[in-house]
Amino acid sequence: MAAAAAFSTLSPFKLSSPIETPNFPSLSSSFKLTSSAAAAAAANSPTHPFGPLKFNRIARFATAAPSAASSSATSATTFHGLCYVVGDNIDTDQIIPAEYLTLVPSNPDEYEKLGSYALIGLPSSYTNRFVESGATKTKYSILIGGDNFGCGSSREHAPVALGAAGVAAVVAESYARIFFRNSVATGEVYPLESEGRLCDECSTGDVVTIELGESDCKLINHTTGKEYGLKPIGDAGPVIEAGGIFAYARKAGMIPSRDA
Amino acid sequence: MGSSALPPTSSFLSDKQKDVGFSSFCTQPSFPCSAQVSKKMVSKKVVSVMTPQQSERKPSTTGAVKTGMTMTEKIFARASEKSQLIPGENVWVNVDILMTHDVCGPGSIGIFKKEFGKNAKVWDREKIVIIPDHYIFTADERANRNVDILRDFCNEQDIKYFYDIKDLGNFKANPDYKGVCHVALAQEGHCRPGEVLLGTDSHTCTAGAFGQFATGIGNTDAGFVLGTGKLLLKVPPTLRFVMDGEMPDYLLAKDLILQIIGEISVAGATYKAMEFVGSTVESLTMEERMTLCNMVVEAGGKNGIVPADSTTFKYLEDKTSLPYEPVYSDGQARFLQEYRIDVSKLEPLVAKPHSPDNRALARECKDVKIDRVYIGSCTGGKTEDFMAAAKLFHASGKRVKVPTFLVPATQKVWMDVYSLPVPGAGGKTCSQIFEEAGCDTPASPSCGACLGGPRDTYARMNEAQVCVSTTNRNFPGRMGHKEGQIYLASPYTAAASALTGFVTDPRDFLQ
Repeated sequence: MAAAAAFSTLSPFKLSSPIETPNFPSLSSSFKLTSSAAAAAAANSPTHPFGPLKFNRIARFATAAPSAASSSATSATTFHGLCYVVGDNIDTDQIIPAEYLTLVPSNPDEYEKLGSYALIGLPSSYTNRFVESGATKTKYSILIGGDNFGCGSSREHAPVALGAAGVAAVVAESYARIFFRNSVATGEVYPLESEGRLCDECSTGDVVTIELGESDCKLINHTTGKEYGLKPIGDAGPVIEAGGIFAYARKAGMIPSRDA
Repeated sequence: MGSSALPPTSSFLSDKQKDVGFSSFCTQPSFPCSAQVSKKMVSKKVVSVMTPQQSERKPSTTGAVKTGMTMTEKIFARASEKSQLIPGENVWVNVDILMTHDVCGPGSIGIFKKEFGKNAKVWDREKIVIIPDHYIFTADERANRNVDILRDFCNEQDIKYFYDIKDLGNFKANPDYKGVCHVALAQEGHCRPGEVLLGTDSHTCTAGAFGQFATGIGNTDAGFVLGTGKLLLKVPPTLRFVMDGEMPDYLLAKDLILQIIGEISVAGATYKAMEFVGSTVESLTMEERMTLCNMVVEAGGKNGIVPADSTTFKYLEDKTSLPYEPVYSDGQARFLQEYRIDVSKLEPLVAKPHSPDNRALARECKDVKIDRVYIGSCTGGKTEDFMAAAKLFHASGKRVKVPTFLVPATQKVWMDVYSLPVPGAGGKTCSQIFEEAGCDTPASPSCGACLGGPRDTYARMNEAQVCVSTTNRNFPGRMGHKEGQIYLASPYTAAASALTGFVTDPRDFLQ
C-alpha cells in the first residue's frame, strides 16, 4: 500500500518541531514518536486516505499552535485504516513466538525486525498474513480481537511487535492484564475495549475509523456502514494521555524531568 | 456477573440430583448474602464441590469505614505506606525485589538507560536479581549476546545477585549459574512473606507461595522500577480458593491448579488475586505451593498467594537472613468470590490442546496416542516433580515407550536428581530410576523447551507431535511447532503417559 510504503520510508527526525512542549513526554521508542508525527501528517493528506494514523500525541496534547495533523484532533483522537480480525485468547506466543524473543525491543534495528514477525504465530487457519512475507510493516493499522487478548507471557515484545509493524490501536472484547499494562506503558498500541464482539462483526480488510471523543468512543466500519460503541479507557487514560508511565511519573513529580 | 457466568463445567457439576446443602460462603455480613444455591451447579453425588458463583460484591466505596483487608490488600497497603485501601485503587508501591532474565533484561536495561540516562544508577543494587535462564544452551548468537548484556550491566551497576553463566558447554563449570528464575528465587532466599516481588516474566506469580505479592511486568515497567524502586499498581480484589480434604496419593498440586483453571477459565481471574487456603494447602510442601501459584497467570490472575506458616518458615530458615513480617487476611476481609473444593474427590487431569483451561480427566484421554513426554520448567521441573515421576517409574518397573525429556529447573534440582534417594526405591536416585526406565539423560538446567525457544533448544518440538508436558501453557506453537499438540499434566500423569505411549491416568501405576 502506498501509505504503508510512505510510512516505512520516513526517516526519524529530531523532536524539535515548534509544537513540542517543554515537558514533552518521552517514550520508550523515541523514533516511533517522530515517525508517527510525520505519518499523521502524511496520513491526513489527500493522497494517503488510508494511511495508518498513529496515536498522535503531538496533535492531541500539544498546547501550542495548530499542528499539521487532523484539524479535529484538538478534542478527539482518531485512528483510521484497514482492520485485521482475530479471535479469542490470542496469546503472546501467537503475537510473537518465543524464538524471536532474542530481539531486544530497545534496539532500533531489532525493534523493526520484531515488527516483521508480528502475529506470525497465528495458526494456518488465518489465510491472510498479518505482515506479508519479506515486509516489515503491516497494511492493517487496527487489530480487532475477542476475549482475553494478549494472554500468556509478560513479554513486552508482544505490543512492541504490533506497534513496530504499524498497528495503531487494538480493539478487543477484553484483555489479559499484563498485555494491557504493557500497551499502556510503552504507548506502542492504544488498547481499546469494545462493547460487544466486534470480531464477529468485522472482517479482515474492512476500512474502519476509531473516534475517541470527550463524551463517547466509537468505531465506524465504512465497509459495512455500521457503528459500534467502545468503552472509555478508564484508569489507564491519564497514563496514556501523559505519554506512558515515565511521562506520567514525571508529571506527577515522582521522577525528575529528563534533560532534553 | 450472575451465577450463569461460570463456563460449562465438567461431568461432576452436571444436571444430576439437586439435593445438596452446603453453605454459600459470605464473608462480608453487610452485603446481601443469598443463602440460595444455584441449583444447576450442584448435584447430590458430587465428586468435588465448588461453590456456585455468587453475585459479585463490589467493595464499599464509602472509604470512611475501616474494613478488614485480604492479605494481598495488606501487602499493598504496607508497600504504599497507607493504612487502608480497597481493590481498584491505583497506588505507588515500594518494590522489595525486582527480577529479570536474559529475554527481558536487555530490553529493560535499554529503557532504564534511555529514561534515566546512560550513567544512571539503579535504585538499590541489592534488590535486583538477574537470572539468565531462558535461552542459555543454544548457539544462537543473539541469545548469547543477551547474557553478555546482562553481565555488562551487572558489572557496571555492581549488582549483588547475578547468576552468571559463561561456559555453555558445561553448566557445572559455572558456580554462580542457577537456572530457571522462579525456582532460583525461592532456592536462593529471595522470596519472603509480606514483600513485593516483581519480575519480567509472567510466572513471577510463583513466589506468592511464600505469602508475598508477586507478579509479572514488562520491560518498560521494569525499567521504571530499576530507576525508582516503585511502580504504579492497581489493588486487585481477591478470589479465595478453600481446599480441604486429604490429598490422594495420585494427585499433585498441578492437578489442583488445572482443576481450578478449568473451572474459572483462562480469563476467570483477570486482574484478581487468587488466595489459596484450607487444610489441603496447609499440607502442601513449598514446592507444591509454588506449582499452585505458578499457574494463576493461566487463569488471568494477577497474583497467587498462600498464607505463610511453619512450612514456609522452615523452608526459609537456611535461605534468608533478612527480616520479614508475614500478613494474613482479616476475618472480616472481603473476597470477590469464594470457592470450596473437596480435594479427596478429584482425579488426575490434563489440559488438552490448545488451552490451559481445556480440562479433561486423564483417564478419559487414554486413547490419545502421544509422541513424547517433557518433564521440566518452573511448573514441573523442581526436585519434588522429578521425585514424583521417579516414584511412578519405579513403581511400574517398566521402560518408557516414547522419548522422555527431563530438564531440571536449576543446578540444585539437577544435583538432587543425581544424589537424593527416592523414598521407597531402596536407595536409588531419580537419575538411576530414569536411566533404568529409558528416559533421556537429565539435561542442563534452564527453561528449555517449555516455550520453544531458538531452533536448537533441547527437546524443542520441531515437528507436529503430541506431547504430554509438566509445563504451563499449551497455546498453538508454544513448544515450537504450530501444529504441535500439548497436554499439560502433573509429573505423575506425564510419567504414566511415557510408560504407555498414551495419555494415562497415573493410578494405573500407583495403585
